[in-house]
Amino acid sequence: MAKRIDVSGLNAYYGSFLAIEDISMTVEPRSVTAFIGPSGCGKSTFLRTLNRMHEVTPGGRVDGKVMLDDENLYGAGIDPVAVRREVGMVFQRPNPFPTMSVYDNVAAGLRLNGKYKKSQLDDIVEKSLRGANLWNEVKDRLNKPGSGLSGGQQQRLCIARAIAVEPNVLLMDEPCSALDPISTLAIEDLIGELKERFTIVIVTHNMQQAARVSDRTAFFNLAAVGQPGKLIEIDDTERIFSNPSVQATEDYISGRFG
Amino acid sequence: MSNATLSPQHGSLRGATLPKWFAWAVAAGSLAVGYGISAAAGLESDIQWALIAAVLFVVGSYGISAKVEGSRQAKDRTATSLVWVAFLLAVIPLASLLWETAERGVKVLDGYFLSHSMGVVADAEPGGGIYHAILGTAEQVGLATLISVPVGVLTAIYLVEYGRGKLAKAVTFFVDVMTGIPSIVAGLFILSLWILILDMGPSGFAGSLALSILMIPVVVRSTEEMLKLVPNELREASLALGVPKWRTILKVVLPTSIGGIITGVMLAIARITGETAPVLLLVWGTDFINANPFQDPQESLPMYIYLQWANSGGSGAAFDRAWAAALTLIGFIMILNLLARGIARWKAPKTGR
Repeated sequence: MAKRIDVSGLNAYYGSFLAIEDISMTVEPRSVTAFIGPSGCGKSTFLRTLNRMHEVTPGGRVDGKVMLDDENLYGAGIDPVAVRREVGMVFQRPNPFPTMSVYDNVAAGLRLNGKYKKSQLDDIVEKSLRGANLWNEVKDRLNKPGSGLSGGQQQRLCIARAIAVEPNVLLMDEPCSALDPISTLAIEDLIGELKERFTIVIVTHNMQQAARVSDRTAFFNLAAVGQPGKLIEIDDTERIFSNPSVQATEDYISGRFG
Repeated sequence: MSNATLSPQHGSLRGATLPKWFAWAVAAGSLAVGYGISAAAGLESDIQWALIAAVLFVVGSYGISAKVEGSRQAKDRTATSLVWVAFLLAVIPLASLLWETAERGVKVLDGYFLSHSMGVVADAEPGGGIYHAILGTAEQVGLATLISVPVGVLTAIYLVEYGRGKLAKAVTFFVDVMTGIPSIVAGLFILSLWILILDMGPSGFAGSLALSILMIPVVVRSTEEMLKLVPNELREASLALGVPKWRTILKVVLPTSIGGIITGVMLAIARITGETAPVLLLVWGTDFINANPFQDPQESLPMYIYLQWANSGGSGAAFDRAWAAALTLIGFIMILNLLARGIARWKAPKTGR
């Protein structure tokens, strides 16, 4: 199920603007890797290059290599749609489909990609909602609109929707930044459970969160506004937060940044 | 009276306020005074005393409120009363038009009128009906809709979801230009193309072609606005699930905006239903029932109204028929609008729990 990601020499552009420069890193399967760094340093851009969502933005362009086990996502003949089925994504703001019920939201990825029997779908929807720790809260309102749930429930619904298509990797772009502490806790617990099955990459602005949920942490920074973002270092989370090898990382983590 | 009681001291949160019925009292007072003034001056028109009353209302509520409540509240009241006056000015002609049409239209509007044509009735005689005109309008507008909706909606999808660069800019520009085409020009264009160059006869279909020219830009514009309202996050959510772009548009973007798109189409239909000029040029009109829109002249409601008036020779019966047809046309458009609202409400994304 879970796959290793191996990035080498990756540059991402918006038009002619180089947003992130020369990034190389390895993300281990069945682990949580957190990206931290100041706003605008390219964490989210980098995350979106991992499932080819970057090129959805007008002018978005990438060069370099992203290996998912032994396949280069940017190789010739690779279908971005197929890539996104392997590498799922959860966004900053909960975004359930407003025209669909809770059930249809979870089933959306499957239904929109092919034909499934009703009984098969029922099983997958229940499994995904249980996987997202949401089943007990919504089992009696599966046919109600997904947008009627609370923010935290909506975000877990989006996670259920993402894991329903059984991806190998789950990318999370600040999944808790729009949520209250209790919903955040629910999602963090969920991340701990999900890493048994998926490779997880999470972007966060909350350093305690990075310390709590991740096995490895990558620090991104940019020299100045208008300069491309760079990977400063990636290491075990414990090391990054206790004894980082680069001074800039320590400054950022201890709040002496800028 | 000292100044302190009129304008509250700095730091005090209380101020003098006029009672809720104040606005109504001023309105009633200014109506009475306005009527009195015009009666005394011997003004005959209703409009004159109503305007005097409106001016008195705005000035009066400002004056009294400025004295009692202070100048900020007075300005607030002035703005509110200006909005009300503007609203009434806009509504009065509309209401009077509806009233006039309804009053004159009901005289001959009955089942017989709706189900018979003018085939054996001379223009100046009573009797006859608008069945042939209703049939013609329904067929011409239906065909125009069948042509315009796919073209318009697909163009809008191209512009919002795919269009980049020069082609999209050019399409947008031409849609803008088309929005401003006078209906007679659309009619002349089809006349020269369909009837003069291709040598086809006048028919309901020729009329539909001209109506499509008028309808397509309206559909494109309204659909475009609706598609732009769909948050990008929903598209990204769907793409990130590995759904191809065309399915994302079909299954996520369109369902989210379908209520607004249908409303836009209904309003476009309402707009072209009342068009007269292209229909006069291309469909010609007839007193007989012609159910085939592809051959021979047809009738339509707006043309019927015009011809009844033009050919009446001053006959009251023809005028009555014209008014009844106008009422039918208004009713038809009103039903379309209500339908559009119903569908928009039914299809709107649900937020309830």
